[in-house]
Amino acid sequence: MSEVVLSERLQERIKTLISRYPEGKQKSALITILHEVQNENDDYLTTDLMDKIAEILSIKPIEVYEVATFYSMYNHKPVGKYMLEFCRTSCCATRKAEDMMEYTCQKLGVKEGEVTPDGLFSVRGVECLGACGYAPMLQLGDFYHEFLTKEKIDQLIEDCRAGKVELISKV
Amino acid sequence: MSKKILLEHINVPGIQGYEAYRKVGGYASVEKALKMAPLDIVEEVKKSGLRGRGGAGFPTGMKWSFIDKKSGKPAHLVCNADESEPGTFKDRYLMEKLPHLLIEGMITGSIALEAHLSYIYIRGEYMWVYRILERAINEAYANGWLGKNIKGSGYDLDVHVTCGAGAYICGEETALIESLEGKRGNPRIKPPFPAVSGLWGNPTVVNNVESIAAIPYIVNNGGEEYAKIGVGKSTGTKLISASGHIKNPGVYEIELGLPVDEFMNSDEYLGGMYSDRPLKAVVPGGSSVPILPAELFYKNAKGEPRLMTYESLSDGGFASASMMGSGGFIVYDDTTCVVRNTWNFSRFYHHESCGQCSPCREGTGWMEKILWRIEHGYGNMEDIDLLWEIQRKIEGNTICPLGDAAAWPVAAAIRHFRDEFEFHVKYPEKIKDRNHFVAEPWEKVKHLVKKEEVLV
Repeated sequence: MSEVVLSERLQERIKTLISRYPEGKQKSALITILHEVQNENDDYLTTDLMDKIAEILSIKPIEVYEVATFYSMYNHKPVGKYMLEFCRTSCCATRKAEDMMEYTCQKLGVKEGEVTPDGLFSVRGVECLGACGYAPMLQLGDFYHEFLTKEKIDQLIEDCRAGKVELISKV
Repeated sequence: MSKKILLEHINVPGIQGYEAYRKVGGYASVEKALKMAPLDIVEEVKKSGLRGRGGAGFPTGMKWSFIDKKSGKPAHLVCNADESEPGTFKDRYLMEKLPHLLIEGMITGSIALEAHLSYIYIRGEYMWVYRILERAINEAYANGWLGKNIKGSGYDLDVHVTCGAGAYICGEETALIESLEGKRGNPRIKPPFPAVSGLWGNPTVVNNVESIAAIPYIVNNGGEEYAKIGVGKSTGTKLISASGHIKNPGVYEIELGLPVDEFMNSDEYLGGMYSDRPLKAVVPGGSSVPILPAELFYKNAKGEPRLMTYESLSDGGFASASMMGSGGFIVYDDTTCVVRNTWNFSRFYHHESCGQCSPCREGTGWMEKILWRIEHGYGNMEDIDLLWEIQRKIEGNTICPLGDAAAWPVAAAIRHFRDEFEFHVKYPEKIKDRNHFVAEPWEKVKHLVKKEEVLV
């Protein structure tokens, strides 16, 4: 039995997600649940968390691990509170995505994949995010920041430091 | 001005919400479909000539007619909103702005397939769109378009949105189904096709967002009306997402049959080249389709003007044409390095290969490494032939089309731009800077490779 305790909100949410699939097909909710659990737990998945999910879904822990390691949006190590993910595929690369990412890394004093010592930021290159016409761009939480310039990056980092940046979108 | 079917109401204030959508006639196709025999709806879709808008272009009505209704198992309609093909961002636009159009299409489509449980599978990165859809679905339930006994018809239907978590491969329909079952996105061997054994072993149809969003128009106006738009077997309208070195990047709804020249250069559409630089090449249908050099873009090999249709864009086969694909239209000017861009695509496919089939798992890695080597000035002439051999051995030898998708861009780049690869091998000092063709465009240096060939 996993010692992990999930928040009440999360437990309710998981119940809702499971209810969207027929009886016995609760495993289908796994990918969405992993997102929600990751979001509420410093943006990375520990073995304890994954074991807890396995327990909730009545599946084997390995069934969770194999999924959690297949998809690129799940983290297994701590990441910055603000994870700046730069699209680096063709259309963005054509519009200077590499320059934008290098600029950001330099500004924050990190290499790609690293976390700043204060734990606030990490920078990562990712593949096409479907914003090709609005390149260059980065993803931060739920949000896309498009038509990036150095000035926009400066402002975004400043806003993050001031705690003014939301990560989850509201509708 | 092209006729707008999908995006007609995109500028109506509040159209994201139920009230505004209903006011402009939204959900009328559901009312109509509930009174029709399911097979008649399928018939209308067949008559419309609608072809799958995700990239394969397979006739939607025919796909629907394959669904196994005799098995007694429940059927499912699954919307493929995993949009991940580089250059493609049309479905995101449609779902973000017009979530109810997709939901209406899901309901009408489900009625046609006699499905009572359907899903929209959206890529995990589009999480804000997931939330938009979730809210819109709740609105549809609240207004009696979903749930038990829809509008007193006796028909029950549940539609839910579910998401992925960063895997291009889940755009392949059987990988998507695996993922929807909470597993790794490993494509299944076909047959059985999803229409016979799909989600949880049940008969399943997987359709792209844009295909499903076209259903309300077809049901409201009849398949024949839809088929009046377009040319030949390319009927209706198509969303094109345009990016790269153009003046007006974005999403456009065009009537199929629009001349490529008009799409590319008129102010109504792309407005010509960004910074007015010369056009070098176009990838007209997402990263998987062959890259077309400028001289084969506006006109085909026979000198006839190209049109934005499935047939015209592929007229000439891979030797001198490309494909409509997903409508991910990427334009490159003369500062673009084709070798670098091909390396970029290969890195993408290597990253996204699920690893099931060795030709793809190993081949994409090899292609990425060799292309890196050539692009960074460490290549030799044999590498170009080796690259050709590797792509040839991937194509057709994998469970799913990701292998082909990885092979085609490499093959086309070598086919049309071999001299540029040779330039990289012969003049490593000229390509040290990653923006090498920005400082000195290809047109200015290409004589170096040509000249030597003459001397030899």
